[in-house]
Amino acid sequence: MTALVPTREDVLRPPGGGRGRRPALPVSVAISVAALAGAGVLSLLVGARAVPLEAVWDSAHPLHAVVAARLDRTLLGLAVGAALGLAGALMQGLTRNPLADPGILGVNAGATFAMVVGMTAFGLSGMGAYLPLAFVGAAVAAAAVHGIAALGRDGATPLKLAITGAALSAGLASWTTGLLLADRKTMESFRFWQVGTVGGRGTDVLLAGLPFLLVGALLALAGARLLDTLALGDDLARGLGRRTTRDRLVIAVAIVLLAGTATALAGPIAFVGLVVPHVVRSLVGPDHRRVLPFSMLGGAVLVVVADTVGRVVLPPAEVQVGIMAAVVGVPFFVALIRRTGRAL
Amino acid sequence: MTVTLARPVTATRPDADAADVVRRARRAPRRHHRRLVAGLALVLAGAFVARVLLGDYTVTIPDFLRILGGEQIPGATYIVMESKLPRAVLAVLVGIAFGVGGAIFQTTLRNPLASPDVVGVSLGASAAAVSVIALAGWSGWPVSAAAILGALAVALAVRAVAGDHGGFRLVLAGIGLAAAMQSVIQYVFTRVDEYDVQLVLRWLTGSVNGVAWPSIGLLAVALAVLLPATAWAARSLRATELGDDTAAGLGVARRRTDVLMLLGVLLVAVGVAAAGPVAFVAFLSGPIARALNRGRTSLLAAGLVGAVIVLAGDYAGAYAFDDLNLPVGVVTGAFGAPFLLWLLARGRTGRRAA
Repeated sequence: MTALVPTREDVLRPPGGGRGRRPALPVSVAISVAALAGAGVLSLLVGARAVPLEAVWDSAHPLHAVVAARLDRTLLGLAVGAALGLAGALMQGLTRNPLADPGILGVNAGATFAMVVGMTAFGLSGMGAYLPLAFVGAAVAAAAVHGIAALGRDGATPLKLAITGAALSAGLASWTTGLLLADRKTMESFRFWQVGTVGGRGTDVLLAGLPFLLVGALLALAGARLLDTLALGDDLARGLGRRTTRDRLVIAVAIVLLAGTATALAGPIAFVGLVVPHVVRSLVGPDHRRVLPFSMLGGAVLVVVADTVGRVVLPPAEVQVGIMAAVVGVPFFVALIRRTGRAL
Repeated sequence: MTVTLARPVTATRPDADAADVVRRARRAPRRHHRRLVAGLALVLAGAFVARVLLGDYTVTIPDFLRILGGEQIPGATYIVMESKLPRAVLAVLVGIAFGVGGAIFQTTLRNPLASPDVVGVSLGASAAAVSVIALAGWSGWPVSAAAILGALAVALAVRAVAGDHGGFRLVLAGIGLAAAMQSVIQYVFTRVDEYDVQLVLRWLTGSVNGVAWPSIGLLAVALAVLLPATAWAARSLRATELGDDTAAGLGVARRRTDVLMLLGVLLVAVGVAAAGPVAFVAFLSGPIARALNRGRTSLLAAGLVGAVIVLAGDYAGAYAFDDLNLPVGVVTGAFGAPFLLWLLARGRTGRRAA
C-alpha cells in the first residue's frame, strides 16, 4: 500500500527518461561548448581544399586567405543556426506543439515572399530593406497560420498548424515564383539564396542582421520564464498573475525577429528549429531557462556542421545548408510523428 | 444516408408506393451523376475550344479544321500545332490523370488532405524524373519509369511510416517527405550548369509549356491502359469508402483496395512525367467533383474537373498578364492553397477525417 504514495525520490527521479538519466548541467555545458568549438574549427579547415591547422593563426601561411573566406560563412552559420534553434524552441514552447518550426509553420515562406515582393514590385535592394520586409512577412505569415489553424472546433492542434503552414508555404511559393518569372535578374540572384545557404554572403550581411538577432535573443532569453508559466496552460498562468496575451506577444516578437533575420541572411532553412529543441530537451529537461540557451548552441553547431559536411559530401559541388538540414530533419520529423502517435 | 419520402406511405397500398419511392430515390443520384458528367464534358469541350482558338492569336473554326486536315496556313499552322493544341491536349490528359489519381487517394484513405500532391507522391515522381533528366541525360519513356519508381517509393515510405493509423500521421509523414523531395529537386537545380528556368518551373511547379508530341502520346497510351483498369478496380469504391473493415465485411478483398491505390500512384506518376507536379490539381478535383455530385464520390467527374482546372489555369497563366507567361502550376498553386486553407478554417478536417 505504501507504494501508492510517491516518495520524494520518486518525484525527483520520475521513472523512464527522467532527470536521473540526464547528464549534469556542467557536463552538458562542457559538451555543448566543446561541440561548438570543434564545429567552428572544422568549418575553417574542411572544404574543397583542406587547410592545415597552423594556417588559422599564421597570417603568412599561403592558405590563410582560404581560412579568412571560410571565417565569414562560419560566423554567419553560427549566427543563423543560433537564431533558428532559438526560434524553434520558442515556437514549440509558445504553441505547445512538438512539430513547430519556422520552416514547417510557413514563417520562412512569409519572409521570403515579402522580400521578393519588395525586390520585384518596389525595386528595393540591400539588407537595410530586406530585413524589415522579412519581419513583416514573417509576422503576417505566423499570425495567419495560427489564426487559420485556431478556427474550428479543435483549435490549433499540431496537425492543423503543420498542414496550414505547409499550405501557406506552397501557396506563397507559387506567388513567389510568379513574381520572380516577371523579373529574371532577381531570379538569378535568388537561385542559391532560395535553397538556403551561408556561403558567399560577406561580412556586411552578417553585421546588418546582427543587431536584430541580439535583440531577438535577449527578448527570448528574458522570456524563458514566461514560457515556463505558459506551459502550465492559460488558466493557471493567469491565476499566477501573468498577463498571458502580453507574454505571448513578447515571445512572438522574438520569434519574428529571429526567424525573419535568419531568412534574410541565409534563405529559408527548415528543420533546424524542429530538431534542435527536441535533442536539447532530452539532454537538459523541459525547463526553458535551460532549453533556450542550449537550443542556441545546438542550432549553431548543427548549421555549421551541416555546412561543413555539405562542402565535401558530393564533390565537386557544394550541397547547400538548407538541403543538408532537410536530410537530417526529415527522418527526425518522421520518427517524431511515429513516436508521438495519438498524442498529437 | 436519409431518404426523404416524397409522399406519406399510406396503410392501404404500402407495397406499390414504397417500392416506387425507393426506386425513385435510388434512381435520382444516378440521373444527377449522368447530368453532371454530361455538363462537365460540355464545359471541358468549351474550355478546350477556347484554349485552342482564342488567346493572343485567334484561329477561326474553319481554319482550325483545315489545319487539322493537314493544310499549311502560314503562321497559324505552326502556332496551333506546336503551341496551342499540344498544350490543350496535354492539359486535358494531365488534368484527368491528376483528378482521378487524387480522388482515388482521397477516397480510399478517406481523408481530403491525403491527396498525392499534399503527401509528397507527386514531388517524389518529379524528383526522380528531374534527377534522371538533368544528371543522367535520360529522355522518353525511361523518364516515366523513373517517375513511377519515385512516386511508388514515396507512397510506400508514407505508408510504412503511417502504419495502420492512416489519417493524421499519414498526412504529416507525407508533408515531411514532400519537403525532402523538394530539397532533392532543388539540389538537382544547383548541379546543372545552365540555370534553365523552364526546367525549374516544370519540375518544381508543373507546366504544360513546350512539351513535344511524343511525350503527350506516351501519356495518352499510359492513360488508355490505366483508366479502364481504374474503372474496373473502382467497382467496389462505394464499399471501400466505408473503411477497410466494413469493406472487408461487405466482401471486398483488401487486395483490390491496394490495386486501386497502385493505379492512383501510377496515374499521378505518368502525369508528373509529362507536365511536372501541377500544384493542387489532385487535391482540388476530388472535393469539387464531390460537392457537385451532391456528396457522392465520382472518379469520372473528378477527372473531368481536373481537366477543366488545368485548362483554365493554363489559359489564365498564358493570357492574364500581357508580357508574362505563367506556368499552370503557379496559377493552380496560387489559387489552390487558399482553398486548402479555407477547408482547414472550416474545420472540415476534424479529428476523424484528419
